[in-house]
Amino acid sequence: MTQEIITLAHGSGGHAMQQLIEQEIMAVFANPLAPANQATEDQARVPLSLLQAHSNGMGGQLAMTTDSFVIDPIFFPGGDIGSLAVNGTVNDLAVGGAKPLYLSCGLILEEGLPISDLRKILQSMRRAADDAGVAIITGDTKVVNKGCADKIFINTCGVGVIPSNIQLSVKNIRVGDVLLINGSLGDHGATIMAMRGDLGIDKGAIRSDCNGLNEQIQALLEACPGIRCMRDATRGGIAAILNEFAQSGKVKIQLKEDSLPLKAEVRGLCELLGLDPLYLANEGKFVAILPEAEAQAGLTALQSFSEAKNAAIIGRVLEPETSMAPVLTMRNAFGSERLIDVPYGEQLPRIC
Amino acid sequence: MCVGIPGQIVGICNEEQQLVDVDISGIKRPVNVACVLEKGEQVANLLGDWVLVHVGFAMSRIDEQEAQETLALLDELGELHEPDSDEKLA
Amino acid sequence: MKYSDDFRKPELVKNLCDAIGKIMGRIASAGTREKVRVMEFCGGHTHTLFKYGLEELLPKHSGLSIQMVHGPGCPVCVLPMSRVDQCAAIALQPDVILCSFGDALRIPGMHGNLLDAKARGADVRTVYSPLDALTIARKNPEQQVVFFALGFETTMPSTAFTVLEAEKQNIPNFSVFCNHILTSPTLRALLQDPTLELDGFVAPGHVAMVTGLDIFNFVSDEFHKPLVVSGFEPSDLLQGIYMVLLQIANGEAKIENQYTRVVKGNGSAPGLDAMTKVYMPHPILELRGFGQIGNAGVCLRPEYENFDAEKKFGHSESILKPQPTAQSQEAFRQLEELLQKSRCGEVLKGKIEPTGCPLYGELCTPHAPVGALMVSSEGSCAAYYNRGIRSRKDSLLAADA
Repeated sequence: MTQEIITLAHGSGGHAMQQLIEQEIMAVFANPLAPANQATEDQARVPLSLLQAHSNGMGGQLAMTTDSFVIDPIFFPGGDIGSLAVNGTVNDLAVGGAKPLYLSCGLILEEGLPISDLRKILQSMRRAADDAGVAIITGDTKVVNKGCADKIFINTCGVGVIPSNIQLSVKNIRVGDVLLINGSLGDHGATIMAMRGDLGIDKGAIRSDCNGLNEQIQALLEACPGIRCMRDATRGGIAAILNEFAQSGKVKIQLKEDSLPLKAEVRGLCELLGLDPLYLANEGKFVAILPEAEAQAGLTALQSFSEAKNAAIIGRVLEPETSMAPVLTMRNAFGSERLIDVPYGEQLPRIC
Repeated sequence: MCVGIPGQIVGICNEEQQLVDVDISGIKRPVNVACVLEKGEQVANLLGDWVLVHVGFAMSRIDEQEAQETLALLDELGELHEPDSDEKLA
Repeated sequence: MKYSDDFRKPELVKNLCDAIGKIMGRIASAGTREKVRVMEFCGGHTHTLFKYGLEELLPKHSGLSIQMVHGPGCPVCVLPMSRVDQCAAIALQPDVILCSFGDALRIPGMHGNLLDAKARGADVRTVYSPLDALTIARKNPEQQVVFFALGFETTMPSTAFTVLEAEKQNIPNFSVFCNHILTSPTLRALLQDPTLELDGFVAPGHVAMVTGLDIFNFVSDEFHKPLVVSGFEPSDLLQGIYMVLLQIANGEAKIENQYTRVVKGNGSAPGLDAMTKVYMPHPILELRGFGQIGNAGVCLRPEYENFDAEKKFGHSESILKPQPTAQSQEAFRQLEELLQKSRCGEVLKGKIEPTGCPLYGELCTPHAPVGALMVSSEGSCAAYYNRGIRSRKDSLLAADA
């Protein structure tokens, strides 16, 4: 009799756990891309020669990242906690110039989670992995008492290889470079904010931009060999990552307000709730810093992707002003400029 | 003091509780119209009107004509060259 | 977006700045003054100034400078810390769901803010409208749902209508922790302060939308200062400033309405009716920086006592005078020490600039605020900090103190 909900038995190492892993998890994640037969051993094994093949010569590097996903709600327009986990991990690798290869998947399940929900999430993870050309080759499952986790938490680890010819770093940032974003701001943050029951908002066409970026980034790297560095803009929006660029690159970064791509509905939500789209989370956006000469090539390369047709140049790197430390500012259509500070805590709707 | 934004009344959500649907650049939200309904006026009468929305309430109807007059006045401001023509602006 | 973008066009802003420049020339040539101090009373206007960088656009004139003085019209900024502590104490009661606007969650009390109370186990939720809090009350009949009501007259009708709706739908587990404040008593307290020289006021359009224009008459009748009720788009605010300067140039002191598309002379009759039905003047209200002001705010009338959170929870000592917990003793003492040195009250009234406060930029920042003016994006300290004035010495370069 197949179980309807997750129980403590599924986490206790016995038959129920074995059945869950084999029938629900392994069945979905089994993948010809995975080198060894993952089921039998406690660890997945990858021949080093296979990694070497991706490194384009001796100087390549192994890239590794980890992330945890605790989003509520676990299903939302444009994605779910499963696609978010895979894409978030793939993107962290891709913005470093790495070719993402393998992922781990650590599940922490709350007692009572419907297995149908778990199945949907695992299938969504598999689809996202296939889209990004990666395989989920190892993982772990734990079950906790009701109330000790919120339905499901996912922890991932991602492994990829950075070819020897790619050396992206904030140290490469030069005055005169431009900032390129691959699409509209704040779609994910607006979606989650609009779904919070107690705000009573019918979000219309707003949907999360949750998406794997490795193909877009691959195309950009080929079109613009001089790219300095990239970062994906998740929590804290682009304000967070651009402040990081300015601090670590020791430069002034100036955005141009009227060049920022913004969907009408996201703008409507921000106006209604008094939010600033620069601070809203994204899950399928990155900002690249590149020489101005390569800007047009970068735009053309990105705009060929349907999710990146709103790609735009949104600002430039300037000499830091003597009186002020490295800083992020924004110039508006009136010609005045204001500081964009790092986010302080979660952005809350504002009435006054 | 108060984030208030213009929105257009595009539907009736709950007549009894005086709630309408207001569209704000593509998103919709239920909004109470108690503050803008005249005595005995039907909620349906507001359909298509633009209102100033604050904390889920339509606080005032936006006067299209006044808006156009203000905009025209500000446009004209650009062509004023003679120093004494400022008085007209009051 | 209709009615927003129309009033954010760069050419309108440019026209207004040129016109302001011309008027400054006329005032300077009259030779009667070198500085004009205009107060934008309302925190929403302070936010517009900062968000659109308008102060930087105001023309410079050799013979005359304009200084925008940020006023106390920010309900979050004038709220006494004791009220935050009482609200947190209510939120920490068992079976209470505390609903609040997002702005109020970070106001510092003596025992931390409402987000700290949430971390200590209180059920604190952000709502966009008081009606959403009523919906939460309807859905959780076994819990007491308390709405943290804040704001000047703009927000008062919405709370009043929600109380009336709670009565109509018979939702007894809903109550309001009322902190609504009236604009004119606060404004009068400013004008009565002899040390404050202010030449004119830009007044909050969204208050006048409810009250009408008459509540401001005393500013011209008794204190002979020009006042222009303005909207919140950049061209609204600049036009409001322009109209104040025009009156100064013509030696006038009238009450004018710039925000004609929204503000009708007599305000909102239904809104005012609901307010008179539900509220009565609060005998003595403490406002941060102003001390005790008579009739400066409102509380619920006796007929709506069972919707008044202060009546429901106010009797217990733990609510009236919340005590610091064991761990927070040290933090409590340090905060008290800092507060002795803070000058929030004077900054609030525009008597000193934020950088005049010894805590500014080092001991009080948006990341670790001591006073609410540094928390709310409408507070003048947050506005200064976000204009790049990060420490008191920066101010000597930027602001003409």
